[in-house]
Amino acid sequence: MEILVCVKRVPDSSENEIEVNKDGSDIERDDLVYSVNEWDNYAVEEAIQIRDNVGGSVTVVTVGDDESEEVLRREMAMGADSGVLLSDDAFEGSDGKGVATILKAAVEKGKYDLIMTGAQADDGAAQVGGMLASMLDLPYASLVNKIEVIDDKKIKVGREIEGGNQEMSEIDLPCVLSIQTGINEPRYVGIRGIRKVASVEIPTYGSSDLGLAADAVGAAGAKVKRLDYFVPEMGEGAEMLEGSNEEIMEKLIELLKAKGGIK
Amino acid sequence: MAQIFAYIVHKEGTPDDTAVELREAAKKIDSNADVTAIVFGSGVDAVCNQLTESYKEVWKIDNAGLAYPNAEVIRRALVSILPPDCIFLAPHDTFGMDLCPGLSIKLDSPQISDVVDIEGSEGNTLKVVRQEFSGMASTHVNCDISNGAVINIRPGSFQGEGVKGAGGQVVDKTGDAGDISESSRRYLEVVVAEVGDVDITKSEILVSVGRGIEDQDNLEIIHELAEAMGGDVSCSRPIVDAKWLEKSRQVGTSGQTVKPKVYLALGISGSFQHMGGIKGSPFIAAVNKNPKAPIFQLADVGVVADILEFVPELTEKIGESK
Repeated sequence: MEILVCVKRVPDSSENEIEVNKDGSDIERDDLVYSVNEWDNYAVEEAIQIRDNVGGSVTVVTVGDDESEEVLRREMAMGADSGVLLSDDAFEGSDGKGVATILKAAVEKGKYDLIMTGAQADDGAAQVGGMLASMLDLPYASLVNKIEVIDDKKIKVGREIEGGNQEMSEIDLPCVLSIQTGINEPRYVGIRGIRKVASVEIPTYGSSDLGLAADAVGAAGAKVKRLDYFVPEMGEGAEMLEGSNEEIMEKLIELLKAKGGIK
Repeated sequence: MAQIFAYIVHKEGTPDDTAVELREAAKKIDSNADVTAIVFGSGVDAVCNQLTESYKEVWKIDNAGLAYPNAEVIRRALVSILPPDCIFLAPHDTFGMDLCPGLSIKLDSPQISDVVDIEGSEGNTLKVVRQEFSGMASTHVNCDISNGAVINIRPGSFQGEGVKGAGGQVVDKTGDAGDISESSRRYLEVVVAEVGDVDITKSEILVSVGRGIEDQDNLEIIHELAEAMGGDVSCSRPIVDAKWLEKSRQVGTSGQTVKPKVYLALGISGSFQHMGGIKGSPFIAAVNKNPKAPIFQLADVGVVADILEFVPELTEKIGESK
């Protein structure tokens, strides 16, 4: 099975406190630790496991700048066979549809049986996979938390739906899936693994390589535009307990007892 | 102004809460708009009749093949029945996430997902509010709606009365929906989540743990605190993803819906998917080392501390206080 996994380099939300900068034009990016989007990492692990079971190859692709190459190498160290970087100044400011348009052009340069994305990334839009599928006229399933290969024509997938239930469907190949976290346990990637793939060449494709019209992608093609970042005021918020540890604990225990929280 | 449609999720003959929320959201786009509800399903007359109270028109697509909603089939039907350049609203739930991104491509309209507020429209520009980075930052977003738009609304974000006394009529659009037989994606069954050893939906006191626990071995301190408080241990999604606790202990829209008296959130950031699983307004206390964690906006009382240090000490103090 030839598998393409779309990945994204994002601020690692478990490592960072996200703060909005002074003029609200961006978040403070200076000290951010970046990593591969968590959902995408599960998708790559799943792709590797499928390849190891039925044969084929795993390609990882990303839309980004030169620094995005590091996440491709990380996923190759994990076991992906090759990486492709889609990078061009003209891609700057793309909305979800723009990113899907760029990925579509990359998909059409190869021949894939299965295309995967993470269910969502740092912007929480959860839209690129579904858009890509419709642009390619391929069937789609989102929030996938189980994949079973039936044969080279179809697979069985589980979608995570409300209440922790799982919706099972059969879907024809080729198809596009967006992957939910928890589908597997992504393997650990050590520094040695990353060194091994440090010199593997990663091709970079720009707008003209992909045959993209200038107004289809980037800020020029974006109908959805982020104006700013801000911290919302949401009601009163919590009463924050302050003082010495001793005082905080006493107050907290008192409150918990009063509300029936200590039996 | 473009025509506005709302996709109605329903269960057991009753529209979901989002039916009112979408109507409320439509008001914020255009306060004068007559909004059309769209209902797909099998035997949906009861659902449609309830909707005529708040929607001027209710489009019904009723077919035995639609007994279980398959987004691939419903997307195709929507493309057949929706007029060009319309505004289509749907909840940002597991069905809406499946349906809408592709629908926007087929309608050649932009999509904005997980919208938490709508500021209004001016000409062909609609201004909305979204969140990024798991709710740690909000953004204003402008959308060019000259070719319509597909908008996913976060469940629970548009509270209000909706509209009353709309005196709407039901219109059967089944004949216009085209071929609704399943094709490239075929629904098989729903596998119901397993019930674990502890039923957290019945717990009065929940000691809930999130990513801040850092390591599986540290879970011991959470179990000890729960025991001292006489409560049960629940958790947020990352703990289940890491397989440190069973799925049946996960609180959230993709896990269990709980109704405790007291909810102690330890090292949980407080994403909307997690908070969506807490009902019945419990007393929420939160401990998190990140003072900016969204949980502090939603909790009743908060402590900025590292749970790995705070929790063992709290357990000890509770023991002494008894």
